[in-house]
Amino acid sequence: MITLRPRRVAAIVLRQAYLLRGSPARLLPLFAWVAIDIVLWGFITKYLNAVASPGVDFVPLLLGAVLLWDFFARVMQGVTMAFFEDVWSRNFLNVFATPITTGEYVSGLVLSSVFTSAIGLAVMVVLATVAFGLSFVGYGLAIVPALLILFLFGIALGILGCAVVLRLGPAAEWLIWPIPAVVSPFVGVFYPISTLPHWMQWASWVLAPTYVFEAMRALASGRAVSWPALGWGALLAVSAIAIAGWVFARVYRYAVRTGLVARYSAETVT
Amino acid sequence: MPARGLDSARRIEEGAPGGRPLILSVEELRKSYGALAAVDGISFQVAPGEVVGLLGPNGAGKTTTINMILGVLAPTSGSIRIDGLDLARSRCEALQRTNFAAAYAPLPGNLTVSENLRVFGLMYGVRNVGAHVEALLAELDLVRFRDTKTGVLSSGEQTRVSLAKAMLNRPRLLLLDEPTASLDPSVARELRALIRGMAAREGEGVLWTSHNMHEVEEVCQRVLFLSHGRILLEGDPRTLPREHGRATLEDLFIAVAREPLALEHA
Repeated sequence: MITLRPRRVAAIVLRQAYLLRGSPARLLPLFAWVAIDIVLWGFITKYLNAVASPGVDFVPLLLGAVLLWDFFARVMQGVTMAFFEDVWSRNFLNVFATPITTGEYVSGLVLSSVFTSAIGLAVMVVLATVAFGLSFVGYGLAIVPALLILFLFGIALGILGCAVVLRLGPAAEWLIWPIPAVVSPFVGVFYPISTLPHWMQWASWVLAPTYVFEAMRALASGRAVSWPALGWGALLAVSAIAIAGWVFARVYRYAVRTGLVARYSAETVT
Repeated sequence: MPARGLDSARRIEEGAPGGRPLILSVEELRKSYGALAAVDGISFQVAPGEVVGLLGPNGAGKTTTINMILGVLAPTSGSIRIDGLDLARSRCEALQRTNFAAAYAPLPGNLTVSENLRVFGLMYGVRNVGAHVEALLAELDLVRFRDTKTGVLSSGEQTRVSLAKAMLNRPRLLLLDEPTASLDPSVARELRALIRGMAAREGEGVLWTSHNMHEVEEVCQRVLFLSHGRILLEGDPRTLPREHGRATLEDLFIAVAREPLALEHA
């Protein structure tokens, strides 16, 4: 049985809160980039609505998809950014020489991401609703599992990203930033999975967000959402978290065995 | 004959009154990277209230040993017990009783002094962390830096912040890696007095590494000389040089660095 000490988890969250409070440069990206995305895609959907045949509404199709995708990407980056703070400040030795466990440390990263991604989501929802008329009522109850699946999958990829950097070193952070862009063609953010070649579809169906975007497209087109498919997506997302946690724990044990934890404290990002 | 081994171990066991466990007990500790043995089967103890100097030239295995005691490097073999707790089996409980300060592990420079201390206080499970941090700031003359980003402090001030962090949880075992390296002589003297007083008063065990042999003579009751991952010499820093035909501890240090084999077989 894994026991998490709330104080140690809170320490990681508090550290992130202090950093955000002390640096507008860290605070601004929480909502600035997502706001820019919503504004850009908001106008694109307005234009497409104006030139498309009547009856087709691109707002829920495209703007809704952008909002959900940005939420997923922010969740993932929330985890990795909190981890990178320890990389950048060469803080591994100080942190891992305390009684904190990897479970508590990762839980702290996840909780930090909950707060930072919630800010981004709130900004996106307000902007998309007020400025471009995106209505979440149309999505119905399906929006709840949709957000949950994206959140869980974002957490999983975030933890995997941390494991990659812990294993390969601080310079590997540049492998982590493009992960959402690499995943996006496979999960059909803007198009049905049937558009993809057969081999890509195989990859799509093992990625949890695929089920979310298929469900959202069904709802936007007036079709019924497949709840079993969403359930399968949730199961995949939970499995992804379990796998990511297992990988991180293994990589941490490797880092302790080989001395990487201590070495990264003396190593710069470059 | 090297002044180490069972005699010394027995002395320390006897020096732990009332059946209290040793603060640190290292047995046959080894760390190998392929064919290279960075630490080669060392054994030593630190008793309550004792300040032990871990000395040796660069690459002798001091930092590797400290990293293993801190739980951030797994030994290839051997055991570490902190306050009677096996580090491998009871990592959290053992590290709860340990803390350290090292020049190569500065606290995050983008947090203020009090923010850093609060964050690490929580990690060590310190209760009433706010009041505890304020007391430490006063004790180490850091009050005026409370809201200053740690990264903009001078290296001496940063060392004092690291020491405040190291005292947050009132550790039973304190590991100090060159704690006075960037301090001016006056502050360094105060710090040595503080650590010595704390060890004597609260029964803490301290493992102290330094390249300043005068400081080691002043602070440490016992020293261990490491060379090529092995404990070459062990004893009282005030008498050990004469036992090995050297005038000063610094001469002995240089001899360990230049002719370890001669000393080992002396």
